[in-house]
Amino acid sequence: MRIAVDRDLCQGHAVCESEAEGIFVLEKKATTVTVLDRSPPEDRRAEVEAAVRYCPTHALTIIEED
Amino acid sequence: MTTAVELHGPPRVSGGGDEHGHLEELRTDPIALLERVRAECGDIGSFRLGQRDVVLLSGAEANELFFRAPEELLDQAEAYPFMTPVFGEGVVFDASPERRREMLHNQALRDKHMRGHAATIAAEVARMVAAWGDEGEIDLLDWFAELTIYTSSACLIGARFRDELDGRFASLYHDLERGTDALAYVDPYAPIDSFRRRDAARAQLVELVQGIMDRRAAEPPASDGRDLLDVLMSIKDEDGSDRFSADEVTGMFISMMFAGHHTTSTTASWTVIELLRNPGELDRVVAELDDLAASGAEVSYQALREMPRLEAALKETLRLHPPLILLLRVAKEDVAFRDVLISSGSMVGASPWVSNRIPEDFPEPRAFVPDRYVAPREEDRENPWTWIPFGAGRHRCIGAAFALMQLKAIFSVLLRDWELELAQPADSYQADLSKMVIQLRQPVRVRYRRREHPGGRA
Repeated sequence: MRIAVDRDLCQGHAVCESEAEGIFVLEKKATTVTVLDRSPPEDRRAEVEAAVRYCPTHALTIIEED
Repeated sequence: MTTAVELHGPPRVSGGGDEHGHLEELRTDPIALLERVRAECGDIGSFRLGQRDVVLLSGAEANELFFRAPEELLDQAEAYPFMTPVFGEGVVFDASPERRREMLHNQALRDKHMRGHAATIAAEVARMVAAWGDEGEIDLLDWFAELTIYTSSACLIGARFRDELDGRFASLYHDLERGTDALAYVDPYAPIDSFRRRDAARAQLVELVQGIMDRRAAEPPASDGRDLLDVLMSIKDEDGSDRFSADEVTGMFISMMFAGHHTTSTTASWTVIELLRNPGELDRVVAELDDLAASGAEVSYQALREMPRLEAALKETLRLHPPLILLLRVAKEDVAFRDVLISSGSMVGASPWVSNRIPEDFPEPRAFVPDRYVAPREEDRENPWTWIPFGAGRHRCIGAAFALMQLKAIFSVLLRDWELELAQPADSYQADLSKMVIQLRQPVRVRYRRREHPGGRA
């Protein structure tokens, strides 16, 4: 899977950072999210899905790759 | 190959022959005006407000243009002149998207603060129902308006400040909200009753805050219990005098609380009304709360996230009764939508009321159907540009997550311990659309009775 961020939508609420630590981070002074791992391993899928699901602005999407 | 497209101005909706165009209709029956723009003109049409054209966009494609437009193109700061007398001169209505994001980054609305807020809100509800007997009657709007003064002051300013407030603050605040007549587009200080009351209420709020500041100046707080007011009072100019006057502090507090106040209190009121009008849905929500209570869960952040029935009911209430029915910007450059030119200087609007009821996106648009948020329908996620009770895109309400959490916390406590019942005919509960800040037409009476078996269905 690959993670896509819509920068027009992200407001930096940092919910994804709480859901999937180490994959998303709100850098100090940053206004939108930084994705540390754009293609995280499958064993982190549940956390990434929670980040996508609970993102208050629906700015995150998972793009499936095969 | 490119085709030269002839651009033309937006079609004008019927009516609006008065001196100030459609202003009178906007003041008296804005829903009819906004719906007629879409019915007559489609996704883009215009009406006249004083000296300005308002270009109203609706539908996914037009709304996406509206919500994605950068600040340099569609500016929010000039679009709400009726707010200046409420906040006070010098308190900006809107910050840049960058500044808003910075504020989020450090401030109370960030995810990690939500856990504490959930507990604070639950405690505020408990504090207010402690004054109830076993049964009685309340005016929903008054009750929720007072409650949300306490919750927002406690969460955003601090517990110390909240503890110095009582019903007077809520009542004055209500007069401020009632002072948002669209006549402000022509003259924000026109000699009408609601503007006079607005200005008197603001002056009295400044007095209340001045009194609190005077008491604190006499007795400085211990360093560990400081709230935002203490912090503001501690900031000095170079000559040692206070940086912020009571007037400025009041303006800041009014503006901090504004976005989350009338919006939450009207939504909470409508949620009760819709659930009581739809007893099947109420039963499902109460059953969900009882199951959670039976599992021993406290009213906590995590518990609040896992309330699909309550959340669906709240979303459906917001769709049908969006607290803001018209979102506005000012075009800073010429903007084209399809073959329609929006001229620089025009006001540009999007309407949550109109878009939330587009039948192609929301089947049975006028019916209360919480199931539309349940997978696989998920009509809010499917229609990000037309399910817009919180707006969308760059200017989407930054308090949306807080608002939903707050509403869930309120109802978790309220519906766990109390049974509610309409005290008026079901169709007598109506929106008050006479101000830009939408409320409910009072009275909004309901009866309450303590549940015999709270948390259980015995």
